[in-house]
Amino acid sequence: MIALLTRDLRLAVRAGGGFGLGLAFFLIVVTLVPFSVGPENMLLTKIAPGILWLGALLACLLSLDRIFALDWEDGSLDLLATSPLPMEALVSIKALAHWLTTGLPLVVATPVFALLLSLPEAGYFPLVLSLLLGTPALSVIGTFGAALTVGLKRGGLLLSLLVLPLYVPTLIFGAEMARRGAQGLDMTTAMMMLAGISFGVIALLPFASASVLRVNLR
Amino acid sequence: MASIWQYANPRKFIETTDRILPWVAGSSLMALVVGLVWGFFFTPDDYRQGSTVKIIYLHVPSALMAINGWIMMLVASLIWIVRRHHVSALAARAAAPVGATMTVIALVTGAIWGQPMWGTWWAWDPRLTSFLILFLFYLGYMALWAAIENDDTAADLTSVLCLVGSVFAVLSRYAVNFWNQGLHQGASLSLDKEENVADVFYHPLLLCIAGFVLLFVALVFLRTQTEIRARRMRALLARERLG
Repeated sequence: MIALLTRDLRLAVRAGGGFGLGLAFFLIVVTLVPFSVGPENMLLTKIAPGILWLGALLACLLSLDRIFALDWEDGSLDLLATSPLPMEALVSIKALAHWLTTGLPLVVATPVFALLLSLPEAGYFPLVLSLLLGTPALSVIGTFGAALTVGLKRGGLLLSLLVLPLYVPTLIFGAEMARRGAQGLDMTTAMMMLAGISFGVIALLPFASASVLRVNLR
Repeated sequence: MASIWQYANPRKFIETTDRILPWVAGSSLMALVVGLVWGFFFTPDDYRQGSTVKIIYLHVPSALMAINGWIMMLVASLIWIVRRHHVSALAARAAAPVGATMTVIALVTGAIWGQPMWGTWWAWDPRLTSFLILFLFYLGYMALWAAIENDDTAADLTSVLCLVGSVFAVLSRYAVNFWNQGLHQGASLSLDKEENVADVFYHPLLLCIAGFVLLFVALVFLRTQTEIRARRMRALLARERLG
């Protein structure tokens, strides 16, 4: 399992494209927002938590089809499936690798981007915390979507259509928590719900992902 | 006593549904015509909402069937996963576009009613939003069916998607509730209330609901038959090409 994780991480870092691309995309989204809504700091302050959450979500979505596609093309996915490792563990590791290469860098980089959108000072900690709690859910749900569409030739758009509705609860609670934090309101409920969703999908969704992956490898 | 599983046999299914389809479709038509005419022309205008209240006869039944359509797909998917009856998978597939259409009807009639009443076509109200999300789920489900060539693979994948989607649809419903307070009034009908809508509106509404339920059943029967026949035809063509 550790070997698989390190292999995936190494591939992501060395093969290029996957690792930095999500961050670059996030940066571009953040740069484009003031162009589209105007540069007033008041307005930006108000929408910053939501924009940052949306940007993180889209950056996450962008890299989803890479989770299984490469392994599927060169056949190593079949090899992994026949290895003694249970399929559930395989998809969990894949999701973890995806989170470490996309989710975690996003969380780390967010304060810098928040600066660009003039997020109030009180908002930094809730925003980072909400992303830290929420992005694992995004990765796990995305892995399910990637497992569903792995065999398809043009699965990219379909993947977005399938995964985005599943992201709704995570986005709502995540962005709500960040927004409340930025305005200095009580954010406990949103935080609890967000953490609940994250832990729930981490515990349960790998079974669904594994079962659809098995169907796709049949 | 005959078991319900005998209808998992496609031939038996087609035979039986062929026999009852005209009755279901006919009574659906009757209920809808009577219900709608009664509702539109023989009930008084509401004293606050005027005649716009009458859109309830389309809005409530279609919204009801949009949700029940998804539940029916969920049950059919479960049956496919557990017992692997092809008819069940095809019924789930057949129900999806019907359910999606019901969702659109509910959204559109709601918008038409909302414009004069709330002064806006659309508001980010929990009920409206969760219906929009439900519609997205229907779209994703249908797109996945359309994208996969192998029938059994498609049936397997879509049923798992339906199960996972159901959980997330319920989650979204509560998340959306938390996210925004609503404009939408409470449920028009529920079993545990003494009085629902006023009696004059109540009876034609029940008739319309019955009509929509029967319409849904008839359409699903018809579309399932079509799916079965299409699949048979493909099998025949493939055999001919081989032989």
